[in-house]
Amino acid sequence: MDITFTNVDYTYQANTPFQGVGLRDINLTIHGGSYTAIIGHTGSGKSTLLQHLNALLKPTAGTVQIGDRTITPATNNKNLKPIRQKVGMVFQFPESQLFEETVLKDIAFGPQNFGMSADKAHQRAEEMAELVGLPKETWEQSPFDLSGGQMRRVAIAGVLAMQPEYLVLDEPSAGLDPLGRQEMMDLFNKLHRENGLTIVLVTHQMDDVANYADQVVVMEHGQVIRTGTPREIFANEQWLVDKQLGVPKTTHFAEVLKQQGFQFEPLPLTEDELVTALLPQLLRQGGAANE
Amino acid sequence: MNKLLIGRYIPGNSFVHRLDPRTKLLASFYYIGIIFLADNWQTYLVLLLFTLAAIAMSKIKLGFFWKGVRPLIWLILFTVLLQVFFTQGGHVYWHWGIFTLSQYGLINGTYIFVRFVLIIFMSTLLTLTTPPLALADAVEYILYPLKYVHFPVYEVALMLSIALRFVPTLMDETEKIMNAQRARGVDFGEGSLMQRIKSLVPLLIPLFVSSFNRADDLATAMEARGYRGGEGRSKFRILKWHAADRWVGLSFIVLTIILIVLR
Repeated sequence: MDITFTNVDYTYQANTPFQGVGLRDINLTIHGGSYTAIIGHTGSGKSTLLQHLNALLKPTAGTVQIGDRTITPATNNKNLKPIRQKVGMVFQFPESQLFEETVLKDIAFGPQNFGMSADKAHQRAEEMAELVGLPKETWEQSPFDLSGGQMRRVAIAGVLAMQPEYLVLDEPSAGLDPLGRQEMMDLFNKLHRENGLTIVLVTHQMDDVANYADQVVVMEHGQVIRTGTPREIFANEQWLVDKQLGVPKTTHFAEVLKQQGFQFEPLPLTEDELVTALLPQLLRQGGAANE
Repeated sequence: MNKLLIGRYIPGNSFVHRLDPRTKLLASFYYIGIIFLADNWQTYLVLLLFTLAAIAMSKIKLGFFWKGVRPLIWLILFTVLLQVFFTQGGHVYWHWGIFTLSQYGLINGTYIFVRFVLIIFMSTLLTLTTPPLALADAVEYILYPLKYVHFPVYEVALMLSIALRFVPTLMDETEKIMNAQRARGVDFGEGSLMQRIKSLVPLLIPLFVSSFNRADDLATAMEARGYRGGEGRSKFRILKWHAADRWVGLSFIVLTIILIVLR
């Protein structure tokens, strides 16, 4: 299943004094099975774009093709549920969406809305709680008694329980501690690699983009200004800095090393790549010094 | 939700925008009072012209004021129709059971309609041109005399300004939670009445919880910054009367005199 944007415009509160541009002339395809990162300065329209992926917002012009459904400005709000199930969405600070009495009930809420029986949903909820790494003793607790990190896991499990084909993540690791962040990102990566889940990630962490994504979309002022692989996007550090973005720490470090006479072709994006490229050069230098 | 115009503020720098919020608040109340002086077409014409002049001075398009009327249109029409069909007197055009379409009925209905529209226009003008916090300051000033009967003026003013400050934040939060629950398969506003009420639970509980958390955080932050109650605080935003405010006052006196003469 692909999601394709064709000439999509979106205007907030059209025809009022509070009118504001959300998106302008978006043409973009997110292929099923890809790991797409959307980056851009705050207010560049990333979150607006995300809400078009499961028809929470409808374009004010143009069309969005989600699988076999076409969303146009005239599309009726009814019968959008199948889309919502296929495209699971984890909003920023998703812990604010919890409301049930127990963790498991909250996770089972989504599947039940899509018509799953209570028993089966409960079973699914247990699987998902296990998957996101919630300790068993929390399963019957109130979600409001958990820590912030655990609450977020419950919320994410609640979305995963709907078994979506797409997982749309709006800054899923914001406000988490480093370990929690790492675990979360590893989980998404595992779901992507092993279960073939399509992932759309909005983030300000360039390291995550370099480590996980295979496609990058750069946004500015409601427009897509570039798409490409992380390597293509991060090749030009100055351009990204001009757009108030940056490159991964590793790439920046390699850039500095380059000025000291080291050679990198292409620029490394991850620590592994850096080590692979740097090690022979260091050994050679060490050898030269020993002679 | 975003279609609601009442309570919104459009930044601007017109004559009306620059007026003291106390002037605008008092003038709006006064205006609603003197609207009831009008009882014939001349007085309504004067009021209409006065209102249109005030709107023109705010440099906001008239269309937005109509949008303020729209959510209330059914209430207005209902009242107008009651007036039209149940007022006796004058020439009778049509009669059926308890319903009578009479000359006085039609006239009264029209007057009621105009009265509603004028009141909504004027109060919309107040909120469109006055930032909520300035309004809260104005309310505090007006309530001040109640301090002498041990009315908690500071506390009410503080609650009012905090409440007003958090209206947009809570609206955003509501929108966000609604979207999150929609993405989990909740249909808001669909199905039977019972289903609709049930679908509000996943919205209301998170909203209450986040309001409690927000209140807790805000109280802690206020205490940490040395807030110990309203008594003995100085003010950052100080309201000042200007010449323009006197002109507004004068124009209302003139309007009142004209209405009394014409009625």
